[in-house]
Amino acid sequence: MNLNIKNSDIGWHKKRVEKAAILILAAFFVLIIRLFYLQVIKGEKFEELSRNNRIRLQQIPPIRGLIYDRDGKLLVDNRPSFDISIISKDAAPLKQTLANLARYINIPADHLMEKIKKEKGIASYKPIVLKTDIDRDMLAAIEVNKFNLPGVVLTVSLKRNYIYEDCAAHLIGYLGEIGAAKLKDKKYSDFKPGDFIGKFGVEKKYEDFLRGKRGGRQIEVNAKGQMIKVLNTVKAKLGDNLYLTINLPLQLKAEELLKNKAGAIVAINPNTGEILAIASSPAFNQNDFVKSMSHHKWRSLIENKLKPMVNKAVQGEYPPGSVYKIITAAAALEEGIINPETKFRCSGKLQYGNRTYRCWKKKGHGAIKVEDAIAESCDVFFYEIGQRLGVDKLAKYAKAFGLGIPTGIELDSEAAGLVPTSTWKKRKIGRNWQSGETLSVSIGQSYNLTTPLQIAVMTAAIANGGIRYKPIIVKKVCEADGTVIKYNASQATGRLPISDYTINIIKNGLFKVVNSGRGTARLIFFPKIAISGKTGTSQVASSKEEDEDVVKEYHLRPHAWFAAYAPSDNPEIAVSVFVEHGEHGSRAAAPLAKEVIKQYLSEKEMPDLRR
Amino acid sequence: MFDRRLLYSFDWGFLIIVFTLCFVGGLTLYSVVEAEGFLFNRNIYIKQLIWYGSGFVIAIIIFFFNYKLFDKLAYIIYGLSIILLICVLIFGKHVAGARRWIDLGFFSFQPSEFAKIGLIIPLAKHYAKTSDSEGLTFSKLVKPLTLTLLPFFLIARQPDLGTAMLLVLIAGSMTIFVKIEKKTFSVLVAAGAVISPIIWFFLKDYQKLRVFTFLSPERDPLGTGYHIIQSKIAIGSGMLAGKGFMEGKQNALLFLPEHHTDFIFSVIAEEWGFIGSIAILFLFLLLIFWGFNIAYSCRDSFGAILCVGVIIMITWQVVVNIGMTMGLMPVVGIPLPFISYGGSSVLTVMIGVGILLNVSMRGFMYE
Repeated sequence: MNLNIKNSDIGWHKKRVEKAAILILAAFFVLIIRLFYLQVIKGEKFEELSRNNRIRLQQIPPIRGLIYDRDGKLLVDNRPSFDISIISKDAAPLKQTLANLARYINIPADHLMEKIKKEKGIASYKPIVLKTDIDRDMLAAIEVNKFNLPGVVLTVSLKRNYIYEDCAAHLIGYLGEIGAAKLKDKKYSDFKPGDFIGKFGVEKKYEDFLRGKRGGRQIEVNAKGQMIKVLNTVKAKLGDNLYLTINLPLQLKAEELLKNKAGAIVAINPNTGEILAIASSPAFNQNDFVKSMSHHKWRSLIENKLKPMVNKAVQGEYPPGSVYKIITAAAALEEGIINPETKFRCSGKLQYGNRTYRCWKKKGHGAIKVEDAIAESCDVFFYEIGQRLGVDKLAKYAKAFGLGIPTGIELDSEAAGLVPTSTWKKRKIGRNWQSGETLSVSIGQSYNLTTPLQIAVMTAAIANGGIRYKPIIVKKVCEADGTVIKYNASQATGRLPISDYTINIIKNGLFKVVNSGRGTARLIFFPKIAISGKTGTSQVASSKEEDEDVVKEYHLRPHAWFAAYAPSDNPEIAVSVFVEHGEHGSRAAAPLAKEVIKQYLSEKEMPDLRR
Repeated sequence: MFDRRLLYSFDWGFLIIVFTLCFVGGLTLYSVVEAEGFLFNRNIYIKQLIWYGSGFVIAIIIFFFNYKLFDKLAYIIYGLSIILLICVLIFGKHVAGARRWIDLGFFSFQPSEFAKIGLIIPLAKHYAKTSDSEGLTFSKLVKPLTLTLLPFFLIARQPDLGTAMLLVLIAGSMTIFVKIEKKTFSVLVAAGAVISPIIWFFLKDYQKLRVFTFLSPERDPLGTGYHIIQSKIAIGSGMLAGKGFMEGKQNALLFLPEHHTDFIFSVIAEEWGFIGSIAILFLFLLLIFWGFNIAYSCRDSFGAILCVGVIIMITWQVVVNIGMTMGLMPVVGIPLPFISYGGSSVLTVMIGVGILLNVSMRGFMYE
């Protein structure tokens, strides 16, 4: 520096610069001491650690939460599975080791080599999984021959285990390997390729609870890659356990009833909205998804015409048929179009415009009032009142009964169904509403579409006196130690827009369906339990003249419905049964509902008999 | 306007130190990139060379303006850096859960780096006016405190707690350098001792946990704790003489995280050993003392405090970064000046070099 330093009035900072320099010198001195300690004093030790990179990180996968039914019966747990991995850096000579390994696990050595190359595992300390879920014999063979399998690592991982095969498959869902797109998403940063994630049902919806949190440990290994000691461990956090609202025996019963049929059964506690059973048939075996599923098997699931992968209770949309008459009757009573004593004459058909609308009973019902019209499901009576109400008023009530909108169940892809209105038709189809169509709507045909779940929720609302509840499938979520962290309380989503007076008239009608000599479901009359309900038979093909005597092809047969609750005076269960192409609600659906109700109420009365 | 005397008194010595440090940085980056071969994008050292080049150009440009201009423009520079920090919170791109970068297409830059210079300049201006032999009193500390806290909170929100803390360290050190009045100082220390536990009490559990891991990485053995172990192995295994250029195993095997940015010192120490590491430390020490000499010889308060501010910035970054790689300091994303890869970091430190050269050159004006 070539500056001449003169005396100046601002020389104040010179002393402070000197002080600062001394402080900085001291800080650097500390750094140098530390360097000396690491490189000179401890150098040999670190050099040793560095040679094979002796400190490695090992993952500890979390244990996924268990799933129970409402009474604590275990439905889903995890089972150990043995996987074989290789760390190619430790496996020298790699070729020889692979040749040895090939003999024990029945995979050609070159296939193994390809797999390692594909995962960029050549000359790496990264373990590459070669075969998962090996059986006991293979496990024993490898354990015994460990000495000539350097770098081969046996690891235990946990696989999902669905204890009751096919049970509540659509509700519980299944796991699958996480996809590449999700791996890039920040939300899934805790996931690694090859991890499993909930793909369907509750396994998907409650993924965040079930998953738990990954842990890991630092370990020191020897030159062969074998662990010498654990340096540091972060425990994995166990996943939370789920308690579903379903009752296992009831669920199994519902599934048994649907065996060899296509359809759905939903049972709800009408006073809380908790789902007691939800079955969709045909179902699939969730355990097939645990082992990697063959292409063939997957195709057969996807291409099956009966759609086993679709949850018909929630995703299926079907015309409700005569079950809809509950709404037509309620609307007419509430709007003052009829009173309980108003009678219409049914001669077996009704001439409207230039068309003839038939009643299912050719002879006709004669003069009939609303309660009996419900009980006997007289079509003409509902044509008469439906036509007086008009489609838009009917739609208003249908929506208030929960049709046309999702119920809010915590499952993906819930269908909304369809409530037709005149503006809807104009917008969607481009033509004006024909008043004749209103007649079809009032008996649940025409454009009407509902899901079995919506019918169950509606039935539950009538049973409990008018409150629509959101269907609940998970009762509570508990941490592994039992602490409840989430409790799903019942939640009303609406009220039926009808008076208690009207509800009672409807209820009388529904009671007579089963308990009067002329009721359409008198076959399921059960002296011990008073059941109320409504049958439905919904046409699949167009409502042209049909000859009942000809046996129709399966896919043209009408669907069978039965919506019920019991006991009639103090309902504890509401059920909706839907049998696809089951033909008659009274014969194909009603007996199933009766069995479900019997099972549930006897179980409730004698809860300890089974244990 | 150009004064030929500027050229005669050019500070070549200082420039040579800077060149040497940049050379070491380029060499180490080369080793890192080549060790990884196919895995790494080769053009990153081309990029780094471009930044060194542009850094020198900026330093030279700054050198031609009289540093008194910084005095006049202090608050405009400060305002600009604040606007950039606000922009990054709005338009910044997300990387690993934080918004720290503004993407300009050809270059993404980190406004928090420039904010350091943006704070040093107005602080120097303020202290040049207010300091006296008695030291600063409360009333004179309000303004610098405000000036510091604004960018602090903006950077902490990104979140980049490391850089935000560095800002406080720089401002605090500058303040202590210009001297705080004794009574004021003791009251401040007492107040800090009382307030900290109160703030602690109001922190949420996860925030406390974050502070704990920040202070002791061993609490996070799967993340930063693991990085520190690998860094220590790299440094330690270099031993006395090092493994040699491009022979660093920890580096080559990718066990070392962030080895071209925050952990680049570990690579140097592994390859050049204790001898090489000491040499680097001495080079930094030489740079710092050279800078102090410039401040020492400067004859106006603004210039002197400005230089000290820049030196303080460089010093803290060197000490925190190297301390971090050796497990002495919390793991924070603070680059090693001149050596770590990164455009914003190189350009910022080169602006600092420009300022020091500038002040150094203009000593003749007082003769």
